[in-house]
Amino acid sequence: MTAALETSGLGKQYGQKWALHDCTLAIPEGKVVGLVGPNGAGKSTLLNLAVGLLAPTSGTIEVLGGRPSDGPSQLGGIGFVAQDTPTYEGMSVAKHLRMGAWLNPHWDSELAERRIKQLGLDPLQKAGALSGGQRAQLALVLALAKKPEILILDEPVASLDPLARREFLQTLMEVVAEHGVSVVLSSHLIADLERVCDYLVVLVASHVQLSGDVSALLVSHYHLSGPRRKRSTLPANQEVIEESHTDKQSVFMVRSDDPIIDPAWIVKPVTLDDLVLGYMRQAREAEPHGRPDLGVLR
Amino acid sequence: MIRFTSFQFRIQAAIAVGVLVLVAIVVAITGPHLIHLYDTTVANCKAKGDCSSAKAALSSSDSFLQTALGELLLVVPALIGLFWGAPLIAREFETGTFRLVWTQSVTRMRWLAVKLGIIGLTSMAVAGLASLMVSWWFSPIDKVNVSQFTSFDERGIVAIGYAAFALAFGVTAGLLIRRTLPAMFATLVAFVGARLAVTYWVRPHLMAPVKTAIPLHVIFGTSLEQNSATGLVFFEPVNIPNAWIYSNEVANNSGHAPSAKFLESACHSLLSAPSGGVQSNTPTPNPNSGFPECFARVAAKFHQVVIYQPASRYWAFQWYETAIFVGLAVILAGFCFWWVRRRLV
Repeated sequence: MTAALETSGLGKQYGQKWALHDCTLAIPEGKVVGLVGPNGAGKSTLLNLAVGLLAPTSGTIEVLGGRPSDGPSQLGGIGFVAQDTPTYEGMSVAKHLRMGAWLNPHWDSELAERRIKQLGLDPLQKAGALSGGQRAQLALVLALAKKPEILILDEPVASLDPLARREFLQTLMEVVAEHGVSVVLSSHLIADLERVCDYLVVLVASHVQLSGDVSALLVSHYHLSGPRRKRSTLPANQEVIEESHTDKQSVFMVRSDDPIIDPAWIVKPVTLDDLVLGYMRQAREAEPHGRPDLGVLR
Repeated sequence: MIRFTSFQFRIQAAIAVGVLVLVAIVVAITGPHLIHLYDTTVANCKAKGDCSSAKAALSSSDSFLQTALGELLLVVPALIGLFWGAPLIAREFETGTFRLVWTQSVTRMRWLAVKLGIIGLTSMAVAGLASLMVSWWFSPIDKVNVSQFTSFDERGIVAIGYAAFALAFGVTAGLLIRRTLPAMFATLVAFVGARLAVTYWVRPHLMAPVKTAIPLHVIFGTSLEQNSATGLVFFEPVNIPNAWIYSNEVANNSGHAPSAKFLESACHSLLSAPSGGVQSNTPTPNPNSGFPECFARVAAKFHQVVIYQPASRYWAFQWYETAIFVGLAVILAGFCFWWVRRRLV
């Protein structure tokens, strides 16, 4: 597995406060990676470090094997869609494409114009007059037409309404299918990721709680419900992620590479939602004074 | 990057060109009139025997335009700093577009270099052209003014330095403050502060002034005056064309001004004249007023000491001051590069 994005002990400090602290992770190439975590987990900081808009306070980060913002070719290899998808308000859609052509040596103007046409955007319209969804789409076209090896999207749909969100993710999936580009997409909305991602990284308080192929993760986690029993009575190959108990009943979410054969359990598959929430709660319990505020996740 | 910068800068550049064209039209229409006025009145005033009123008439003609064009040169560099400098980076931060433009395949250093290069050169060109036109327009009036140093910062090349500094400071303030309006305010304060500081504290010390001692002689303005604070004072006006006068005193060899007591005795006859009190010299002194005697007694012991910058140093001062402001601008620009590369975000 070659890493599209690899960090080691990465930290970013603002004054006394660490926005990201001692973060070590590796995100594989050729995947559509969902980076999920509660607000304040450091997702946005991590992605801004990855594109060189921030400089690390400690540790190292490499994207496509190079240091972020280390010259034009490194910048050219990354297509970035920033949070809130900024564009120049007074500049038309067509001028944004001209900007892309001016500032990127490998710019694919045919691709850019075709996508704008498909999206039904008026090239003469000013970006300031676009809807949030249209602006996000424009930002995606700009990131894509520079022909990057990796697309990094920082909460691109957070501020969009459900329809625009669906359309954006639809476009993103088309793009991935067409160009086979690696993608790292951050979101605190699990539903978004479920639709597009094949790889998941759960980041809580700068630490990776879970990372792996979505399909593999889904088949290696189980919901077990049955008569009340203690956690310690579960077999060693079943790692408990989450548990809840009533007087008579116990419910566990476990990770296990082997099938569950105990007939006392009712075994159900987990959803991505369960998985992410389970790992986030686990992180919170492990750190009783911990800051993770799970916030709104749906 | 050059094309993108030119594109983003096109409206500001068009406004600047518009202002310059407007100034050019005004100057082209009204300027020849002033030259004609000079040629027909001041140039041959000696023949007519009344130079002072011809000069006064020329100095006071087109007074509205004189004020407007003079102010223009003071204001243009400040406007460049406020409206071109301060928003240059602050605006990118405010709208978040720095995340868009700094993640294209152009490094931040190159982005800044091209922006500063194009806008910096344009600013200096605009200020230089404005100054050139205004200086030309004022040239007949400046010939009759007492000293070219009085309009030092509204002529010549200094405006180029002011514009470069204002722009660089605006960019720096925007980079550090990250908000356009506060950055504009900081730029205005700093620009006015720097201009005043250089005008009053730096410029007078750029070159050691010349000190000269000249014998007193009777000219228009030589007078004995009653000063309420110090009593009698003997005054001799300076007659050094276009110089920048630091001080002008009547003093003896040990540097002391004539005492009130000395003047009282030397000019006794003048003081006891019917008009009494203050006695001034007039273009044609009345031989019976007692002034010639008074003057002769003072001139025997005292002379005039003038500390000044001669007219020949005018352009050296212009170059020095321009260099100071351009130098400050270069330092600020260097700081911006360092900050953008090492310290930013």
